[in-house]
Amino acid sequence: MYNSGKIIIGLLVFVLAATFPIWYNAATGQSDEYKPDPKIVVDTGYCVAETNYMRKAHMDLLNDWRDRVVRDGERFVNVQGEVMEMSLTNTCMMKCHWNKEDFCDECHNYAEVSPYCWDCHLEPKEVE
Amino acid sequence: MGIFYGFVAVVALVLLVIFGVGALGLDTLFAVVIPYAAIALFLIGFAYRVFKWAKSPVPYKITTTCGQQKSLPWIKNNKLDCPHSTWAVIGRMALEVLFFRSLFRNTKSELKSGPKLVHGDEKYLWLGALAFHWSFLIVFARHYRFFTNWECSVMTLVNNLDSFFQIGLPMLYMTDLILVGAVTFLFLRRVLSPQLRYISLAADYFPLFLIFGIAASGILMRYFMRVDIVEIKNLAMGLVGFNPAVPEGLGIIFYIHLFLVSVLFAYFPFSKLMHMPGVFMSPTRNMANDNRARRHINPQNPEVKIHTYEEYEDEFRDVMKASGLPLDKEE
Repeated sequence: MYNSGKIIIGLLVFVLAATFPIWYNAATGQSDEYKPDPKIVVDTGYCVAETNYMRKAHMDLLNDWRDRVVRDGERFVNVQGEVMEMSLTNTCMMKCHWNKEDFCDECHNYAEVSPYCWDCHLEPKEVE
Repeated sequence: MGIFYGFVAVVALVLLVIFGVGALGLDTLFAVVIPYAAIALFLIGFAYRVFKWAKSPVPYKITTTCGQQKSLPWIKNNKLDCPHSTWAVIGRMALEVLFFRSLFRNTKSELKSGPKLVHGDEKYLWLGALAFHWSFLIVFARHYRFFTNWECSVMTLVNNLDSFFQIGLPMLYMTDLILVGAVTFLFLRRVLSPQLRYISLAADYFPLFLIFGIAASGILMRYFMRVDIVEIKNLAMGLVGFNPAVPEGLGIIFYIHLFLVSVLFAYFPFSKLMHMPGVFMSPTRNMANDNRARRHINPQNPEVKIHTYEEYEDEFRDVMKASGLPLDKEE
């Protein structure tokens, strides 16, 4: 083999980069057992949409709400007979999911997603 | 014909997943066994071919040169286009690998009415290739987030820039559009130019269709057909931790995406896509043009049997002595 030193180093760098998650996760002791668990604190028994839909596509719903409120001036939506305000802060967060850190961030951090909701919205905080 | 085979092959692969997962319920096969096999094949095949290339002798120093060679001190040497030292070779190689400098030189010759032969620049291939490779690299690197919890600040910056226009939710990545646009351009280039169509084979069309399929299924999954990202990351983390568990209800679009990616990995070592390591291994690019300063020994040189005068004298000493010939050594 010619230039074996350089080629083996190059190949080694490539294989290490390609298999980075395997040895990095093993080295830092990241368990693949960890599963995010968004905590439901107020269990009203229902949400604005069914759980399976919310899990996959809540961003569609929130995006749709935002467009309807901001662009069309609609403020309320009828969910199973109940009139709700289309508002991330007033409906989603104030009524049920006020625990942003244990609810929203749980999955967002896991999937390394950083939604820009909080560029405008304030997260509710408990007042002592 | 090649275009037909390439297209049919990719469509068949998609149908295979839909049938395998949708009808037969072979979740584990498509989510665990095939990805593992594909990655193993990729790494082993990749290394095998690189070693095979490394074993091939390079008889001559065949650097391609496009500039003035280093010679007399008062003649200006073009370091990048005619590298003389290892550092200059690294510089030229870096420009080639990162910015495709040799494609930038691409020219075309056209027969215009007259008839007149016109030579000119042709930068579209360079631009298309650059857009394709860079956006593919960014999209590829972004997928590391599914396999590790490592937060890379560089990737965060790239993603923020990539979603600069904040369109939709999840926000639209420009590289997704550029990737599909570039792969479409590279495909149309082969189809629309008669010369290129003539030299294009199934092996040229298949990777283009495959990558188009991967990009399209990825875009569908990200922007249109919702999948459970958390479950997918659970699967990915399980795969790299060698402890995979297949979650239920992942959605067929995810399986299509994963299977096409697996096929790309498995196909890689057998295909023209090996230009990825190949560019580093090409003797026309990775050698310094220093023929006159340093001798390049051809490793294929046969062993030449030599018979020195000393040995000759030893052999015929007695005869030479008897006939009175002068000798270097008397005994």
